[in-house]
Amino acid sequence: MRELAARSARPVAFPSAAEAAVTDEQTRTNVRLAQDTIRARRVAVAAELDDWEALRDAGAALRDRSLSRLRDLLPLLEDRVTRSGGVVHWARDAEEANEIVVRVARAAGAREVLKVKSLTTDEIGLNAALERAGLRPLETDLAELVCQLADERPSHLLVPAIHKNRTEIRDLFRERLGLEELTDEPRELAEAARAHLRAAFLRAKVAISGANAAVAETGTVCVVESEGNGRMCTTLADTLITVMGIEKVVAEWRDLEVLLQLLPRSATGERMNPYTSLWTGVREGDGPRAFHLVLLDAGRTRALADPVARPVLRCIRCSACINACPVYRQTGGHAYHTVYAGPIGAILEPQLAGPRGQPGSLPFASSLCGACADVCPVRIDIPGLLVHERGRVVRSERQGLEGASLRLLGRVFASRERYERAQRLARRLQRPAVREGRVRWFVGPLAGWGSSRELPAVPPQTFREWWADRDRA
Amino acid sequence: MRVALFVTCLADTLAPGVGRAAVTVLERLGLGVDFPREQTCCGQLHWNAGYADEATALAARFGEVFADAEVIVTPSGSCAGHVREHVPTLVPRVAHVAARTFELSQLLVERLGVEDVGSTYAGRLTYHPTCHSLRLLRVGDAPERLLRAVPGVELAELPEATECCGFGGMFSVKNAAVSSAMLAAKLDAIASSGADAVCACDASCLLHIGGGLERRGSPVRAVHLAEVLAG
Ligand code: SF4
Repeated sequence: MRELAARSARPVAFPSAAEAAVTDEQTRTNVRLAQDTIRARRVAVAAELDDWEALRDAGAALRDRSLSRLRDLLPLLEDRVTRSGGVVHWARDAEEANEIVVRVARAAGAREVLKVKSLTTDEIGLNAALERAGLRPLETDLAELVCQLADERPSHLLVPAIHKNRTEIRDLFRERLGLEELTDEPRELAEAARAHLRAAFLRAKVAISGANAAVAETGTVCVVESEGNGRMCTTLADTLITVMGIEKVVAEWRDLEVLLQLLPRSATGERMNPYTSLWTGVREGDGPRAFHLVLLDAGRTRALADPVARPVLRCIRCSACINACPVYRQTGGHAYHTVYAGPIGAILEPQLAGPRGQPGSLPFASSLCGACADVCPVRIDIPGLLVHERGRVVRSERQGLEGASLRLLGRVFASRERYERAQRLARRLQRPAVREGRVRWFVGPLAGWGSSRELPAVPPQTFREWWADRDRA
Repeated sequence: MRVALFVTCLADTLAPGVGRAAVTVLERLGLGVDFPREQTCCGQLHWNAGYADEATALAARFGEVFADAEVIVTPSGSCAGHVREHVPTLVPRVAHVAARTFELSQLLVERLGVEDVGSTYAGRLTYHPTCHSLRLLRVGDAPERLLRAVPGVELAELPEATECCGFGGMFSVKNAAVSSAMLAAKLDAIASSGADAVCACDASCLLHIGGGLERRGSPVRAVHLAEVLAG
């Protein structure tokens, strides 16, 4: 059973996971190439629109508006979906959501359930829950299927198998699908997956999807995708179950006009994604006969109640921030040990997970370079929120030597006399470790610095000493 | 016009040459330079590390130390960025002081309209736009315009210039492995530019880049913008 319940009991600290990840040359090469391609495409298609910056403003504003009106919009959505023949369920947490899905799938008589690529179901560890209940989840997104066959966690929100190249995928298909003659031609690989999935589509009783958005005023759910396999699931199955975070609701139909421009351009660098599915409840003689919408909280109301962190819920999961991230570039997604990797993961995961079960190292997995905020289509101040999350960690966890040093340094900087004394003291204390103006021993926290960098010693004359001399002259 | 120099705790203590160079440039342009001795640190380090209380106290202190200055100049994109973008939120009553604070290239090009500062240089330089000067402070191409106006500077293009060098303050020690991997990519890019020196407007990033170049035994030097302009 694959370990998808990422918020497991024992979080792995980022620095140690990353230390291993940066030595994985294959993954890093794949990630770099994929990032370069998607970055260039995003820049090109964003530049095509004169009003791109205004669209980003509109995206941020409409998401904020929805978030401030969840109390009205969610009951409205429930009402509209119910009136259109759907059933709405409310899930407080992952466990409740999984129970609901298992119950509905069982009642529909399924042994196997088709999965549309969905981060939310990854977040709640749905596949593991289905397997525990004796149901077989089958991922239908090509890259998700690759991860499922490889028994690995996805490493990227939108390109889950970004860490694998086609030779690795060929070997995997040869082994797991029994296709010994397979080559690494992309066409052949896609064809192999297609044949594998096609049979499943035709026998499907139950399909499960996430949602990119839901429109409250009409009760319409929206899923965007590239391959069309999602469309197969949402139309061919008898019963369709959608699991959606409560923050994804938007007020009006016309809000989609903005989001459906921002999302594909930011995500894959496409003007339009190949498939956009929109459905409202059920319809006689067309598509699924039963539709269940599971509205998931799982930490969202907690994030909503934090006035600084709240904008994190604007996120439309485009992954532009991940593609822009220089840290992710070096480590890939697995080092984060979370469902949501990269910059968005580092600010979203601590909010969703709450006070426990979250590696406190996550918000520190950033140099605060700001490349993420520059591309975010809904203008989330990601560096600002990283600093906010750092503050929460610093206040709630013991910071040991680092905390003591920083507090002491704060006191030193608070007084000019103490600061000047500290400069002179540093110059004296460093003496045994210094040769030719360079620090030669790297102890304690300096060991990390010394692993790849030299460090100049405090020179015989600081700037302020030079200034004082000059003043006197 | 008189300007108050905020040298930054880092340059004061570890890279005093950067401060001396800034003074040379400013005085050559006929500006009177003051150095309020009470200054220490703007609190950026604490803010970025999550220590908001210390950062707030230091922001307030910065506002008080520089309260009487007409214009404040600092040879650091990240400190100027912190002062201008974060300090007003942390301590609203010193917002007016923050608004009078400029990074060196910003002061010269945007505020004073100067590009030729009367310096000379001999060599091939590549310019690394540090993240906070680029994306927090948004100095644009001011540093490059200054460099282009220096006779003898040959400016070489830096591949993937806007990619972070991996310094990030505490990040460089807390996440040393990733920081070092990012640095390695930056050093490779610098090497491929063919320059004999890399220039930036942050002594902190240069400490990291320069330290990496030295560790590699590279002949390429790390120089601060102020040092080139003071030549
Ligand atoms: S934080 Fe912004 S850039 Fe990152 S995934 Fe969310 S919407 Fe996209």
